[in-house]
Amino acid sequence: MARARVLIRPKEGILDPQGKAVERALPALGFEGIEHVHVGRMVELDVEDPARLGELCEKLLANPLIEDYEIQTF
Amino acid sequence: MKWGVLQFPGSCDERDALHACSLLGEARLVWHEERGLDGIDAVVVPGGFSYGDYLRAGAIARFSPAMEAVAEMAAAGAPVLGICNGFQVLCEAGLLPGALLLNDTMRFTCRQVDLIAPRDDLTGPGAGQVNERHDQRGGRLSIPAKHGEGRYWAPDDVLDGLEANGQVAYRYAPGQNPNGSARDIAGVRNEAGNVVGLMPHPEHAVDPLTGSTDGLRVFEAVAAAGAPA
Repeated sequence: MARARVLIRPKEGILDPQGKAVERALPALGFEGIEHVHVGRMVELDVEDPARLGELCEKLLANPLIEDYEIQTF
Repeated sequence: MKWGVLQFPGSCDERDALHACSLLGEARLVWHEERGLDGIDAVVVPGGFSYGDYLRAGAIARFSPAMEAVAEMAAAGAPVLGICNGFQVLCEAGLLPGALLLNDTMRFTCRQVDLIAPRDDLTGPGAGQVNERHDQRGGRLSIPAKHGEGRYWAPDDVLDGLEANGQVAYRYAPGQNPNGSARDIAGVRNEAGNVVGLMPHPEHAVDPLTGSTDGLRVFEAVAAAGAPA
């Protein structure tokens, strides 16, 4: 089994209200100089055949219309 | 016409949908594990939080046995109506184009909205009545909307195609778009016209007691647009 990590994030150019909300909250907490905050998801899993991870992402873990994904295996 | 209303773990509007359908014909609930939808002519995929909306709203529900049966019925031309979470499920299943994203307001919205429905010029069963009611009210429907992830989005070329093909089923009236949906789109239909999804809740607007009965027109229009399976 290989350990895998899939990072899923909203596609560039699509409004990400979660990221915006986080970004707007930061100055009030004293964190200046931070921009372009995006909030996504991370899925960790053990997989026998890492070659199938792409298909898994396309079919379930991500919605390719609105999200980009990145697969990391260890 | 016999309606089937899907019920997933986490659905919460299936009872109102069942009631709305029962005003127009026979209706029964369909548990998500059912495969055979024999005897059912039209399907409603109701609102709620199917499978807890885990991963993405509608992402898991699309793989349920009942949804596989619905996809087959949709391909055969049966009327299918997705409401709110049901709209999200139909988009995730690829039965409708586009996706529903978090409201741009960053807030859950819950309010009565006016929808504008282009005239469908229906020809199916009951179509004359639907067209007549459409004309009487200038194509406007007063229906409640309640959702946190209702911002309709699709690439510009897809939106252009939807508009050119008459696939925009419902728009929010000017100034009433509650979620930042592209081009004020509240609901869309597939190319064949038998699959319709919208974010606002027609099943909550079928009785004068709750202020509007316009929701029935949505059910009627869907019934009239599709060919019973």
